[in-house]
Amino acid sequence: MSLRIVVTVKYVPDATGDRHFADDLTVDREDVDGLLSELDEYAVEQALQIAEEADDAEITVLTVGPEDAKDALRKALSMGADKGIHVEDDDLHGTDAIGTSLVLAKAIEKAGYDLVITGMASTDGSMGILPALLAERLGVPQVTLLSEVSVEDGTVKGRRDGDAASEQLQASLPAVVSVTDLSGEARYPSFKGIMAAKKKPVQSWDLSDLDLEADEVGLEGAWTKVESAAERPARTAGTIVNDEGEGAKQLAEFLAGQKFI
Amino acid sequence: MANVLVYVDHVDGAVRKPTLELLTLARRIGEPVALALGSGAESTASALAEHGAVKVLTADAPEFADYLVVPKVDALQAAVEAVSPAAVLVPSSADGKEVAARLALRIGSGIITDAIDLEAGDEGPVATQSVFAASYTTKSRVTKGTPVITVKPNSAAVEAAPAAGEVEALTVSFSEQATGTKVVSRTPRESSGRPELTEAAIVVSGGRGVNGAENFAIIEALADSLGAAVGASRAAVDAGWYPHSNQVGQTGKSVSPQLYIANGISGAIQHRAGMQTSKTIVAINKDAEAPIFELADYGVVGDLFQVVPALTEEIKARKG
Ligand SMILES: Cc1cc2nc3c(=O)[nH]c(=O)nc-3n(C[C@H](O)[C@H](O)[C@H](O)COP(=O)(O)OP(=O)(O)OC[C@H]3O[C@@H](n4cnc5c(N)ncnc54)[C@H](O)[C@@H]3O)c2cc1C
Ligand SMILES: Nc1ncnc2c1ncn2[C@@H]1O[C@H](COP(=O)(O)O)[C@@H](O)[C@H]1O
Repeated sequence: MSLRIVVTVKYVPDATGDRHFADDLTVDREDVDGLLSELDEYAVEQALQIAEEADDAEITVLTVGPEDAKDALRKALSMGADKGIHVEDDDLHGTDAIGTSLVLAKAIEKAGYDLVITGMASTDGSMGILPALLAERLGVPQVTLLSEVSVEDGTVKGRRDGDAASEQLQASLPAVVSVTDLSGEARYPSFKGIMAAKKKPVQSWDLSDLDLEADEVGLEGAWTKVESAAERPARTAGTIVNDEGEGAKQLAEFLAGQKFI
Repeated sequence: MANVLVYVDHVDGAVRKPTLELLTLARRIGEPVALALGSGAESTASALAEHGAVKVLTADAPEFADYLVVPKVDALQAAVEAVSPAAVLVPSSADGKEVAARLALRIGSGIITDAIDLEAGDEGPVATQSVFAASYTTKSRVTKGTPVITVKPNSAAVEAAPAAGEVEALTVSFSEQATGTKVVSRTPRESSGRPELTEAAIVVSGGRGVNGAENFAIIEALADSLGAAVGASRAAVDAGWYPHSNQVGQTGKSVSPQLYIANGISGAIQHRAGMQTSKTIVAINKDAEAPIFELADYGVVGDLFQVVPALTEEIKARKG
């Protein structure tokens, strides 16, 4: 039987651009350039490698996000995923992590899955909790923060490099896996891949397709509230000296003045 | 006064500093009750009592070490049921965030991650977070259930506040999910003997400009002359010159030391995300246009192979 892999990918504001909040204190996703979160490219890459090893596998990429989030799906499809699902609904605006996990879990169940692969964290919210929330909701093992992953005979194995130790983990499928940026460079889409992606199917689902009510999600349904957001005063450059042989001395002088030496 | 449940991060009974910081924050909201799990749990009690824990709940079972995350969630949920706290505080480690998230979902509560400060508010605790690579500061609140909040290291000062710290065994029954993910083996990380990166007062980091694993010796020598921790940019880690556990930035550690010295690091936004809240920033870079100079309090435009060893000698000479 075919191995059904669902990769969750997020469309995020470009970190090198001007990221900011909208008036309602949600992340502004309209006024800024967005892209497939770089950390989710690693998830797509590992899905492709696992699929290559399996006899028969199908990769679905899933995103919850605004209209433009389709770009993230297209990128993943051009890397080699088979099909896409875009959950889009005006009522989703302002959904928090708990709410997003509800929508993603419903969509994953509807799509059907043996293996869910996510990134380690989104590059905008960087909470890194979605994978654990998905495992809790789906009632399947979480095998998270892997820098190495493999799937064989219905078992997923991987290495989790923590602060105190490096752990070898193992669980039976179905399972939720998250991979880190140590799992291996993501491939660039080939020209052929980009052309092929245009013909790959992308389904659009809204809340009613997932049997969800508007008040379960969105800003109103959120279990957390951002009360204020203030731009941090930008750091200002201090003294810059050119090293003409005295640079180390000058720096030591500065450090001594600040009582570091 | 209401209880605030604090999840304890410890290594065989030795409480890690971020947990003691949590006790300081917990006392702003109520009376801290600590939960320590796994081998050595009971030995945490004296340190926790000294810093304000009125009670220390403990549980030990092989499941905590043999399976990932879920057994700890089961225990934390049992503790919430036993104590009915006003809030649950968890250190923002990889494990901590996952444990906190699953707990929040189970008890029907909102969750805030990576707080850098916490105050009592009229409608419950208010958490400060630093977002978008530390370019914004937000204040947030949990609006449903018992607030579950994970807190970053260095968010508060460790304060002595002696309390009873009475040890009480917690009964935990494990859920069906508890044994889902087996920890087949565990290789402890070797200690460098230097201060912990996230806890150090001074961090000395090297980037692509260091140009080779062997050259990190000059970064380490500077660090040792200052009693500092060593950090690295992702470029240096990707090249295999320094371990990932030392990476500073978005996908590494966030540090907020008194002094951060960046050597041969350009200052990409993802690197800045992990260090720009440092009190004083110093940069050594041969490119006067490198963005790192935009945030440096003191910068030296020069070759790090000249400047760094000379600086190390200067410091040693001054320290005598
Ligand atoms: C999703 C994502 C997450 C990321 N996470 C992180 C992260 O956690 N941490 C991180 O650091 N990066 C991260 N990055 C990568 C980041 O974008 C940069 O690529 C990286 O920080 C560059 O490292 P660097 O400054 O060492 O190298 P470079 O940008 O190549 O800079 C090297 C610098 O060294 C200087 N130099 C060279 N030789 C010398 C010399 N002899 N003396 C003095 N100066 C010299 C050069 O002038 C240059 O400025 C991430 C990227 C992405 C997309
Ligand atoms: N809106 C979303 N749509 C699809 N996947 C998401 C979304 N938000 C988060 N994810 C996934 O969850 C991972 C962790 O996200 P987070 O917990 O938000 O840091 C990401 O790397 C994605 O794989």
